[in-house]
Amino acid sequence: MNRFLQVAWLVVWKDLRVEARSKEMLFTTLFFAISIVLVFSFGFVRAGQAVEGAAAGILWIAMAFSGTLALGRAFERERYHDALRGLLLAPVDRPAIYLGKLVGLLLLLSLVETVVAVLVAFLFGVPFFRHGWWLFLMLSLGTVGFASVGTLFSAMLVRTRSRTVLLPVLLYPVTIPVLIMGVSGTTALVQAEPDLAMARLWISLLFFFDTVFLTLALWTFEPVMTE
Amino acid sequence: MHRRLFPVLSGLSLCFFLVAPVLIVGAPYESTMGLVQKIFYFHFPAWMAMFLAIFILGISSGVYLFRRKPAADRLAVAAAELAVVFGLMGLITGPLWGIKAWGVWWQWDARLTMAVVLELILVAYLLLRQYGGAGSDRLAAGLGLFAMANVPFLYISTEIWRTVHPRTSVVPTLPVDFGVPLWWSLVGFIVLCLALLSLRCRLEEQRAMLDQLYLAVEEE
Amino acid sequence: MCEKRRFSVVGLGLVVLLLISGDILGAAQPTEAAQDGFVPMGEIPPEDQLPAAPLLVAAYAIVWALAIGYLWTIWRRLAEVEKELADVARRVEERESVPENG
Repeated sequence: MNRFLQVAWLVVWKDLRVEARSKEMLFTTLFFAISIVLVFSFGFVRAGQAVEGAAAGILWIAMAFSGTLALGRAFERERYHDALRGLLLAPVDRPAIYLGKLVGLLLLLSLVETVVAVLVAFLFGVPFFRHGWWLFLMLSLGTVGFASVGTLFSAMLVRTRSRTVLLPVLLYPVTIPVLIMGVSGTTALVQAEPDLAMARLWISLLFFFDTVFLTLALWTFEPVMTE
Repeated sequence: MHRRLFPVLSGLSLCFFLVAPVLIVGAPYESTMGLVQKIFYFHFPAWMAMFLAIFILGISSGVYLFRRKPAADRLAVAAAELAVVFGLMGLITGPLWGIKAWGVWWQWDARLTMAVVLELILVAYLLLRQYGGAGSDRLAAGLGLFAMANVPFLYISTEIWRTVHPRTSVVPTLPVDFGVPLWWSLVGFIVLCLALLSLRCRLEEQRAMLDQLYLAVEEE
Repeated sequence: MCEKRRFSVVGLGLVVLLLISGDILGAAQPTEAAQDGFVPMGEIPPEDQLPAAPLLVAAYAIVWALAIGYLWTIWRRLAEVEKELADVARRVEERESVPENG
């Protein structure tokens, strides 16, 4: 178990170091997320007033879209010089590689989401931080669910010709439950009278989703990636 | 084996389908919905056939992923296509009932949302098979497994979200007059599903045989 | 002159009619105001409701059409593959028989 985590950490560390040098994924994803929020602001603001109840949806859609952008790039570096094959040939547990990739992506997305949440709260005047910890928990669980499915699919598609098209095509239908749970839960938190019982229900559902899909992804990563 | 399976199953389902309208016409009218309620006798079995197909898809995807049996992969493709067809039946007959009973074609109700999302996942599966290129069979198997695992979550999340659709719990409590035509056409749909599955599997088998033959020709 | 009078009579009649109908409409408005929301299905009189029979027939026809259409597509694809299969098998046989003869 210890070795498993060690390998996962090595993959995270490798990705972080590459990212720290170029900062390519962070900046492109962040810029994309901000522009999505702005596009929605132009689309949903009528006569200077934001449409009621749109903020939760915008937050989660920005998460999903920018997440897809990051996921599409997650295994891009490994495509060159057969680096993925080298990674997979290493005498380590394959699920550990998956876990490392997932954690790296989660770190990136959490940075992006923090900026997006602040921006949406500011632009749409929503009290996101009234129950800040609840929203934090909900967003983290939702991101884990989205990214756990997404990392597996992205890995599966690395060797496929039309991967840039197929990733969103496969990922969105499968992760719609995450979006429904996240948007409903966030709406319950930011409405005029917050419904904490409802928010708790959605959070527990998100937790179950994460558990099932993370287990399934760790379980299927090995046979899916075997050539 | 499939060669004999298909004529038997298709003949059986044809019998069921020819008798079903007689039973449905003979069934009493429902008190609030009237005549249009009789769409239900085809609508509900279509969904059940779709769930059967998704279940077969998920199981055979898992078997293919971990046991590497090519037959399981062929079964998965066939089941996915059938699920799309039966889902389409349900998606079209539903609004025809809804325009009369609800006064609108479509509502963002729990069941309807779930049905659309499931149909989307299955179409995505077929797109992956079609355009994934070489090696997409294993990716598709992964997706098939995820599709099946998604069903309960989709069910719960949309159920909590909102609902106006009649509850499925009415089905076992139906009086005999309503129940007989329903169960009859349910069996008919399941037999039809299996019949189409056997034929579709034969298509995949022939394709696999063709591929092998081409490989053999190239090797010579 | 005569024409003009006739117009004015018609005009007067129209005005009276408008006033009356306005009154009627005004009185009737609260019950059938459609601007504020949709009227539930139960309150619409029976003659306004959609006939159910065409919907029912359409639903059954679509189910049959989809089943038969799908069956047809499988058959067509199967015929195509089987033809190709026979073609390739014949070619393989021919190739195998050539060296033996020669």
